[in-house]
Amino acid sequence: MINKTVQTVEEALEGVSSGMTLMLGGFGLCGIPENAISEIVRLGISDLSCISNNAGIDDFGLGLLLQQKQIRTMIASYVGENAEFERQMLSGELEVILTPQGTLAEKCRAAQAGIPAFYTPAGFGTEVAVGKENRSFHGKNYVMEEAYQADFAFVKAWKGDAAGNLIFKGTARNFNPLMCGAAKVTVAEVEELVPAGALDPNQIHIPGILVNRIFQGRDYEKRIEQRTLRNT
Amino acid sequence: MALDKKNIAKRIAKELKDGFYVNLGIGIPTLVANYVPKEIQVEFQSENGILGMGPFPYKGGEDADLINAGKQTITSLPGASFFDSAMSFGMIRGKHVDLTILGAMEVSENGDIANWKIPRKLVKGMGGAMDLVASADNIIVAMMHVNRKGDSKLLSKCSLPLTGLRCVKRIVTELAVLDITSKGFLLVERAPGVSVQEIKEATAGKLEIPVDVPEMQF
Repeated sequence: MINKTVQTVEEALEGVSSGMTLMLGGFGLCGIPENAISEIVRLGISDLSCISNNAGIDDFGLGLLLQQKQIRTMIASYVGENAEFERQMLSGELEVILTPQGTLAEKCRAAQAGIPAFYTPAGFGTEVAVGKENRSFHGKNYVMEEAYQADFAFVKAWKGDAAGNLIFKGTARNFNPLMCGAAKVTVAEVEELVPAGALDPNQIHIPGILVNRIFQGRDYEKRIEQRTLRNT
Repeated sequence: MALDKKNIAKRIAKELKDGFYVNLGIGIPTLVANYVPKEIQVEFQSENGILGMGPFPYKGGEDADLINAGKQTITSLPGASFFDSAMSFGMIRGKHVDLTILGAMEVSENGDIANWKIPRKLVKGMGGAMDLVASADNIIVAMMHVNRKGDSKLLSKCSLPLTGLRCVKRIVTELAVLDITSKGFLLVERAPGVSVQEIKEATAGKLEIPVDVPEMQF
């Protein structure tokens, strides 16, 4: 067993510096790497390019990095929940690359799987396709999209073991598995870190080969963005 | 009388067929889940990674790890599955989802849709809408016929940045059900008590009006 465990979040983020491109898992506030985000705030690094489906809310998730003006470029599919984001974008302080959600997912997976580019129908004939190669297959039009190139991927899983194997829970899975192994260094934080052998190999979603560092996360808030209930 | 949002959803629910996998967008489309006819079985897909999405939870049953694409807390039904976002959009692009219902800011008479951006004013992003409209064969738009200023949202050409080209099949508004055909918007049904003239006045694009336009049935 190759042990991927690191003891602290400081150790987990060793080597992260200003100007880097980071991938961050999560959909809204669901399944976000809370510990890594807090540590990036504490490190005070800036000029970051962040690839994440959303940009958090004003006071949580990637919103915390926006507050400190640590992000230069945000690559996301939907940013509607964050007023500070919208302000920075409309004022030109923040560069934003809006990307169709399925394309964003596939650009991560392509990076993970060693595929430099792929064709997707999403965005053909729209602003998203401007400047990109268009090609027709079997009479349908597609846009060429390239795999991401990132320095660090920060993901959050439900359970993980010392070998870096990961299991996700519910819809907190989302982009997290696709970012594993899609950057030069993948850092996984987990709610429950167990010894190798404690997880059933049949149930593992991401094998440890795609994870470089794993650590036991702390103090998860797991905020709910839209608490919606059924009438009794 | 023009329909309210609930009744638009109720009318769209009549488009559901037994065995359909359905993706519902945010807003009016989400309400469609409340009106599935009792005699059929459908499964709802939410693009953030669940098939077999159930209703909102009861108080105390909320789970931060279980949300829909609108970030609302949800439940899962027997037979449900969770998956990552690449698998989710694989289902969508691979045409495994039978019906997509989404909102729009504008639809043009050739089926183009705009629903993600108002330049210099509102930029929230396309989320999964571009992937959905680029692939689905069966797309129904749920929206109001006119915007808040009173301008028609059914146009000869979209004025806003496009989400997808020639993809919308059917539109259900508070006034009418319309299909996209080679001749433009075809008026299929009108809301109870709404006249053809009212629909004509609210439609800026080319409108084909058959001799008989029945009222919607619920």
